[in-house]
Amino acid sequence: MAKVQTKNTKRIFNHDETISAYLFLLPALLFFVGFVIIPMILCLVTSFFDYTMTEFKFVGLKNYSEMFFKDKVFLKSLFNTFLIVVVSVPAVTIFSLWVSSAIYNLKGWICSFFRCIFYLPVVTGTVAVTVVWKWMFNQYTGLFNYVLKAGGVIDKNVSWLGNEKIAIWCIILILFTTSIGQPIVLYVSALGNVDASLIEASEVDGATKLQVFWKIKWPQIMPTTLYILVITTINSFQCYALVQLLTSGGPNNSTSTVMYYIYYEAFKLYRYGYGNAMGVILAIIIAVFSAIQFKVAGQSRD
Amino acid sequence: MRMKKFMGVFLALSMALSLGACGGSQGATKGESTTAKEGGAKATEIKLWTYPIGSWNEPEKVEEVIANFNAKYPDIHVSVEYLDYTSGDDQVTAAIEAGTTPDIIMEGPERLVSNWGAAGKMADLSDLWDEDTIKDIQDVSSKVVEACKSPEGVYYEYPLSMNAHCMAINYEVFEKAGALKYLDQNTRTWTTDNFVKALETLKKNGVETTGIVYCGGQGGDQGTRALAMNLYSAQFTNEDHTKWTMNSEEGIKGLELLVDLTKKGDLSYDAGIQAADELQLFANGTAAMTFCWNASNESNYAQQVNFTPYAMAFPSDDGKPELAGGIYGFGVFDNGNAEKIEASKQFIKFVCDDKEQGPKSVTATGFFPVRHSFGNVYAGTEEAERMATFNSFMQYLGDYYNVAPGWADQRTAWWNMLQQIFGGTDVKEAVNTYVDTCNAATEAAQK
Amino acid sequence: MEKTERGQLFYKGISIIVLIILAVLFTFPLYWILTGSLKSAMDINQAVPQWFPTRPTLDNYERLFKHPAWKWMFNSVFISLVAMGLTCITAAMAGYVLAKKRFPGRTVIFGLLVCAMALPKQVILIPLLKEMSFLHLHDTLWAVILPTIGWPFGVFLMKQFSENIPTEMLEAARIDGAGEIKTFTNIVLPIIKPGIGALAIFTFISSWNDYFMQLIMLNSKEKLTISLGIAKLQAEMSTDFGLIMAGASLAAVPIITIFLMFQKYFTKGITMGAVKG
Repeated sequence: MAKVQTKNTKRIFNHDETISAYLFLLPALLFFVGFVIIPMILCLVTSFFDYTMTEFKFVGLKNYSEMFFKDKVFLKSLFNTFLIVVVSVPAVTIFSLWVSSAIYNLKGWICSFFRCIFYLPVVTGTVAVTVVWKWMFNQYTGLFNYVLKAGGVIDKNVSWLGNEKIAIWCIILILFTTSIGQPIVLYVSALGNVDASLIEASEVDGATKLQVFWKIKWPQIMPTTLYILVITTINSFQCYALVQLLTSGGPNNSTSTVMYYIYYEAFKLYRYGYGNAMGVILAIIIAVFSAIQFKVAGQSRD
Repeated sequence: MRMKKFMGVFLALSMALSLGACGGSQGATKGESTTAKEGGAKATEIKLWTYPIGSWNEPEKVEEVIANFNAKYPDIHVSVEYLDYTSGDDQVTAAIEAGTTPDIIMEGPERLVSNWGAAGKMADLSDLWDEDTIKDIQDVSSKVVEACKSPEGVYYEYPLSMNAHCMAINYEVFEKAGALKYLDQNTRTWTTDNFVKALETLKKNGVETTGIVYCGGQGGDQGTRALAMNLYSAQFTNEDHTKWTMNSEEGIKGLELLVDLTKKGDLSYDAGIQAADELQLFANGTAAMTFCWNASNESNYAQQVNFTPYAMAFPSDDGKPELAGGIYGFGVFDNGNAEKIEASKQFIKFVCDDKEQGPKSVTATGFFPVRHSFGNVYAGTEEAERMATFNSFMQYLGDYYNVAPGWADQRTAWWNMLQQIFGGTDVKEAVNTYVDTCNAATEAAQK
Repeated sequence: MEKTERGQLFYKGISIIVLIILAVLFTFPLYWILTGSLKSAMDINQAVPQWFPTRPTLDNYERLFKHPAWKWMFNSVFISLVAMGLTCITAAMAGYVLAKKRFPGRTVIFGLLVCAMALPKQVILIPLLKEMSFLHLHDTLWAVILPTIGWPFGVFLMKQFSENIPTEMLEAARIDGAGEIKTFTNIVLPIIKPGIGALAIFTFISSWNDYFMQLIMLNSKEKLTISLGIAKLQAEMSTDFGLIMAGASLAAVPIITIFLMFQKYFTKGITMGAVKG
């Protein structure tokens, strides 16, 4: 197959095929250019302006220099964002792979049942879920303190969201529960499609479960893994609603993320230009991360 | 085969829905235009957006006001949208950027005057402020008149009602702990010393959570500001609202007292909750007091409490509190349509000034009139006694410093500063940083 | 041999127990929302949690329907269904040619799509807002739908699925004289069907939950969506948990239905192709 493709690329492009390809692309491209590319360019351009509700003045790179050299809250938010990504991406990927391996070969309805359960937090809607979590974390009447106190684990109520060191872990935990639904769905079906005859053959050869997993299953689900890594990374980088609804970035900016800070600068202080500049930086960072994942995953496949 | 069916259902559904929507919207526009014609040649449509001012978020009350207005002015159609404090500002920002702002908006001077007014988005309401009105309002408080105009002297708000934010205690818990003796039940005031003693007494008698200084966000931050500044009678800003002054000796002393109280365990702080959460904890009896109380909160929570919430002024060293107020009224967005601005002004004038409607509009908010001539709007109602209590706080109204430029920056800086000092940062250092941030924002906003 | 078998059994038992515990934890928020919607304000706000509504009441639902909740539901369903339908169609077409055709500009277009996926949506909100107001679409449901369809995520996903289409089958169809459209509907669509099912669910749910976009683009009462409506039920000084829970319970119904309806489409057969530029 690889050979056919190299031939194809070398071949002079077929005129008719090019036209039909573009016709197929046209609807998607129309929406994409109209509602993503154009706003994106506007965003990039305005990041060089002092753009507020009342002003629009070219300032060159001032927004960019401000965020890296003057704005401590931005740097703190950047750090928090990295922390969230570094913790939640591997956690989500590993955990969803484990759950999927445990359930994919169970009876049909049991597998469906578990898949549904893990999808529930996604389905319930962010606003409602955070209302419940906020109550669970409440220092005085919350569920966690109630259970931990009853179980004798703690003797004094913990202020989960009010503690600089703990709050971000609470955010990560909620992000985790709302992020694993989609990976589990994808992994279950990817694992279900692994060639059964290959597995049987290797088991006959005396391979252990672990060996079967690493030698046979893992390479075959690699594309799914890569996809999950990429979307989880993007989602974790863009974590914002939880922060807004739970902590407003506090205590002492310990849960502020870049995405939340962009929202804060743009919608609370009307600094659109500055917000856009931060958005551009965040986009570059995400793009670099994704590129690395593509590279690394691409190599490990061979 | 199944795929085809599936795609077919898909397509059919989305087509049907989009057709339905187009048809629907066309139908709606047709409907509107016919009513407009029936209403007469000159029917004007105006839009009113309102924040939840006290009880002015209950549709029945607002619809009634509009119905009364239409009885007199059938040619002006008013449609209402209700905003909330969590997302309302974002929505207005979006509307401003998209050019779809409403004609009338109801809130207070910190938004109408220092925010959107200063950004040049609001229409000048000076012609509504005739001499009689100014005098009528000045007889209640000249601070109200000052708050409604920009530093340049342009009026961007036409006020309807006002209130004083106070605090409240759980009467039965105080009684049981023997702490009632520390408050003056005649004037509903207490001194800082007595406040500290009351907390100690509560704690000694087994009250686990006395009060919570909440600082998880800006919701209800007027309460924590009033608490901190009253303890030693500090001022929040200078007189002309250009410099922030909580780093004065009195201000620092007040904040240090709060930190000491939390260290001793006589008071709690929580960087994870805001006013709404704290009120919830007060209502279910967890906390013995709340720092965020007013007339409308009392009626909102009436059904949830099984104790007596007893409204109190904030404690102050000289026993003379300075309470933070709210001045609520209307502003008009300058949409470049003179006819609509005129119609909006007519609506505002009717709602605020009409001899019959005015007092009714005030009671719809659940607060107090800014016009002296309205007298006691609650006289003879079921609410009379309860409202008299809250009215007695009006004499303690302090400076309306919310109109200071850079207000939005100040609001976040405040709760961040509280989080820092309770988290262990030196009070003096944290307050100075806070004041510097605010002053910088004020300077930038004045440019 | 016996030892490892016993070990495996042990491992299986442990993992099932862990799974059940996790299942309880994951179901809890929804359980709390459903039961909360049947409690009075006082019962919800008790200092000691009430595990089951002792005095169930429909009061919260009655109050919810004083707001135009059905209209909000309709708007949400409309937005999500239209966005889902159009995204699936456009993305399937584009994903297929990006995976299977060679034409000038292909790499550039694909690169652009991937880059755009990295851009945080919130950042382009202000420009989008300006654009929608220029097109006179602000405060219409289309202002929320159109940017969702434009989001390149779907194309990316469909390209991954389309990589699996055997090139030989496409060649064979062409030799048989099938036109491009016929090849697409008869050969490509059946193969990527499970992928479309997955994309349908993801698009439906993400546009259902895209609360911030809705907040910025819609402002009339009769244009609100259910998630926006629920968020607006929260006040500054009091949180009416009962009302919010009732709204959330109502909102969860269609979305769970959609999930159950479509999940059979991808029980078997979602495999992604290798990632190539």
